[in-house]
Amino acid sequence: MSEAREYQHIGQRTIRPDGFDKVTGKANYGADLSIPGMIWGAILRSPHAHAKITSLDVSEAEAHPDVFAVATYQDFPSVNAEAVAAGTARKDLFDTAANVLADTKVLYHGHAIAAVAARTEAAAQAALELIQVAYEVLDPVLTIDAAIKDGAALLHDNMMTQGLLEPASAASNIAARMELKKGDIDLGFEAADIIVERSYETPTVHQGYIEPHATTVRFDDNGPSMIWCPTQGHFDVRARVAQLLNMELGQIKVVASEIGGGFGGKTTVYLEPVALILSKKSGRPVKMTMSREDVFRASGPASASQSKVKIGAKSDGTITAMQASLHYEAGAFKGSPMGPGCMTIFTPYDVENMYVEGFDVVVNKPKAAAYRAPGAPQAEFAAEMAVNELASKLGMDPIDLRLKNAAKEGTQTIYGPKLKTVGLEACLLAAKSSPHYQSTLQENAGRGLAAGFWFNIGGQSSVMIHLNPDGTGSIIEGSPDIGGSRASMQMMAAEVLGVSPSTLNPIVADTEHVAYNQTTGGSRTTFATGMAVIEAAEDIVDQLKARAAELWNVTPEQVDYKNGVAYNLSSDERLSLAEICAKAEKTGGQITGRANINARGAGPSFAVHLCDVQVDPETGKTDVLRYTAIQDAGKAIHPSYVEGQFQGGAVQGIGWALNEEYVYSADGVMENAGFLDYRIPLASDLPEIETIIVEVPNSFHPFGVRGVGETGIVPPLAAVGTAVSEAIGLPITSLPCSPPKLLELIMKRG
Amino acid sequence: MAALTYHAPNSIDDAIKILADASLPPKVLSGGTDLIIQMQRPKAPESLVVDVKKIPGMRDAEWSEDGLTLGPAMSCAEFTKRQDIKSIFPGLVEAAYLIGSTQVQGRASLGGNLCNASPAADTIPALIANRAICVIQGPSGTRVVPVEAFVTGVGKNCLEQGELLAALTLARPEPGTADAYLRFIPRTEMDIAVAGAAVSLTLDSRGVCRNARIAIGAVAPTAILVPAAEDILVGERISDEVLAGVAQAASDAASPISDRRGTVEFRRHVVGVLTKRATLIAAERAGAQL
Repeated sequence: MSEAREYQHIGQRTIRPDGFDKVTGKANYGADLSIPGMIWGAILRSPHAHAKITSLDVSEAEAHPDVFAVATYQDFPSVNAEAVAAGTARKDLFDTAANVLADTKVLYHGHAIAAVAARTEAAAQAALELIQVAYEVLDPVLTIDAAIKDGAALLHDNMMTQGLLEPASAASNIAARMELKKGDIDLGFEAADIIVERSYETPTVHQGYIEPHATTVRFDDNGPSMIWCPTQGHFDVRARVAQLLNMELGQIKVVASEIGGGFGGKTTVYLEPVALILSKKSGRPVKMTMSREDVFRASGPASASQSKVKIGAKSDGTITAMQASLHYEAGAFKGSPMGPGCMTIFTPYDVENMYVEGFDVVVNKPKAAAYRAPGAPQAEFAAEMAVNELASKLGMDPIDLRLKNAAKEGTQTIYGPKLKTVGLEACLLAAKSSPHYQSTLQENAGRGLAAGFWFNIGGQSSVMIHLNPDGTGSIIEGSPDIGGSRASMQMMAAEVLGVSPSTLNPIVADTEHVAYNQTTGGSRTTFATGMAVIEAAEDIVDQLKARAAELWNVTPEQVDYKNGVAYNLSSDERLSLAEICAKAEKTGGQITGRANINARGAGPSFAVHLCDVQVDPETGKTDVLRYTAIQDAGKAIHPSYVEGQFQGGAVQGIGWALNEEYVYSADGVMENAGFLDYRIPLASDLPEIETIIVEVPNSFHPFGVRGVGETGIVPPLAAVGTAVSEAIGLPITSLPCSPPKLLELIMKRG
Repeated sequence: MAALTYHAPNSIDDAIKILADASLPPKVLSGGTDLIIQMQRPKAPESLVVDVKKIPGMRDAEWSEDGLTLGPAMSCAEFTKRQDIKSIFPGLVEAAYLIGSTQVQGRASLGGNLCNASPAADTIPALIANRAICVIQGPSGTRVVPVEAFVTGVGKNCLEQGELLAALTLARPEPGTADAYLRFIPRTEMDIAVAGAAVSLTLDSRGVCRNARIAIGAVAPTAILVPAAEDILVGERISDEVLAGVAQAASDAASPISDRRGTVEFRRHVVGVLTKRATLIAAERAGAQL
């Protein structure tokens, strides 16, 4: 693509199309839909962190006059006892089903066991008390250390560790092991003049989306059943519910409501399949909502981690070896993001010899869900802290050390491909010349810097653009908008069509009105759905030329189209897009452009963050004084949204580093299941997060876009951790840097 | 939320009668920022709610020769914008300004904060430090109780059935007196005190402390006075040594618990730090040259 390309709309800061409805309260979120005849569902949750269910009796609840239906695990035809006996059970769905409604064991406090649907919300809550459950309480397993020690209570009696060199001989709480290597790690350390080695840990944290999970469903025997819910992937909700309930995709329509944040946490199902069972059994629409407490106890979280990192370098700063061993908490069921952790940990570095192993460990906490660059913040926290310690020991500037070893075009990654053009060096240089890095540090303050990497993905997107007879139109897409993508789609379509973005109405259609779209995640939407929008708009341009040609009685090749106007190359005639649309009736009917793509070539995004903090030596309280987020966007379609992504990622990462953590009692009950005591940062806690958008174009996207949504949460943990460490003069190895923890360190130091 | 019976009487006498005759557990409603949350808890019993905001004087604050009479249901938002009060009791106003958020302060009241009797209540130490008196009216007449004796335990106060907190009175402080309140939270707002300290002291023209009242919060089942710290201050000018002694005395007086908000060791240490810092602020306000 041309570097000097001039854009009309790309790069402008247009008014977001969803803004008015959101600030006036018109936007309809998950809990906002009510349907005539609707009843309410409620869920009975486990009072124990780890127990066998020895009996479950729902008969009294079923018999209650206010109760219309009761649901348990046995209502999932794909996995229930009947399916097991018949040999048709879907083993791949056991965990999904048992997380939504427990099978024979409860594996975390708050684990769903059964659901009732009743006339009112209060009646449903009251009916839960009629369900009789008997438990055999087991020892809760709450940490990685407790899970992997000899004799640990097992969450799953038959879980054998996958990925061991020798097949596992006994069940364990370690679900899987993986190993990645490059070069010869032993030779790498032999070549080193200096070695840094340290262990780190990060806590369980929640995505902290404002909107709790909620759904309203209507089962229909004669047509598609409807599910309304806030989700990042309504097509995936459809697929999972269809699998669990043995339905065809065409029997379910999922409508993605407006969504109040997801950050990866709304890429799975909790309430939806349960509500549909209740609706099927009762013959009525069913609504279910989670309280904030339910959200904390039974959704999310992001994995807690333990990491050991060892880095060797020459005295000139050339890193010769990087090694890590990573343990991730999966929660109650296998599947932590240990894999991406292993893949991302050292990717900012072009180093010959690397070795990483990872372990996926189950514990009695809610099943981990994706959270913004899942797995990367935990691992890269450890790596970046160790790299900063190395810089300090070498007496090198942390930016210079990174520049000397920075990953660039052609760097062989540990996980497979060689990097294409990437913007890490550009980000490091931008950081170095930034006003923040050039500024003098305040007294008693500390400064931290860290890099971050996330892959980004492409994938399948489907888009249609319909034009109206007056030239306005609608963009029918299928990517739920969690980060401002509707504005970007408008702008990209408007750029191709040469019209004003506000004339095109972007719509996130339900699963019936647009073909399959992959979930909004992996920072894919502006890249991949954006590519589909561009392709659909180009399809329209071709049709506009053909229609104009027909009106002028020339061939389409004799028509040029730019800035919203078709030109007859063999005369001075011209027709605007609106004029062609107005005459569409005479040239074959109305105009629709479409694209169904599987986008390849997502460009990774690197970031570098700078953080200054001050720590009150008498209370251990950390104040963030200044923060700058620098990241490669490829091309910022809507700079305000891009900056917002940088700032949002930084703030979530700062929260992870400073105060956020699940606090558990000894028997496995989360003690801070609310925003009062689960402390995400407030606006008044932080300075304005400064941003620098670096643009190293991704050649695979027509406008050069790289996804920007996730990378921003990767660097803050180590940027804050290093700044705190500098401020108090002690190594930080454990997050969060909460005041009691820091004060204890400071007082021990004396 | 369970069913409830709601009354909004127009006089103290009516309120007392409703409270005294209540067959359901009576709940006095002021701003409701604690009460409504408690009533929304699962299994909350059916209750009788008596909204006292329509009773004349309940939301007013009036000065007399002797001092301030404060209606317990006055919202924190109205209270904190009263410059006449802030100029005399800046620490008490600051304590009210720390409760919840701007929105919560539109409803929350000092009387509600006091009657709810949370160990972490921000205004209670500040009221104690300023020698506030509770005026209680009930079926058998009026009685007065100092604030430090009003709260009897976690979530408990000394009101008998039928009694109502009718007013809070604060004597006009003698010249050279000022107060301050500080609390520790890990963030900047929207949080609950991990520890709190209120100080009111009187300095003479030479900067010598003639009188001191120090109360600490969130480090015991109720806010407590720290006479040992007061003894260290009285008769002394503010110095590093005196402040260190005050901090130590406050830490020693604390008997905190460990919970999700902080450990015993953290709270004990930090309450000393807060007491020291609040003393310094109060002394500066009282005119100390430091």
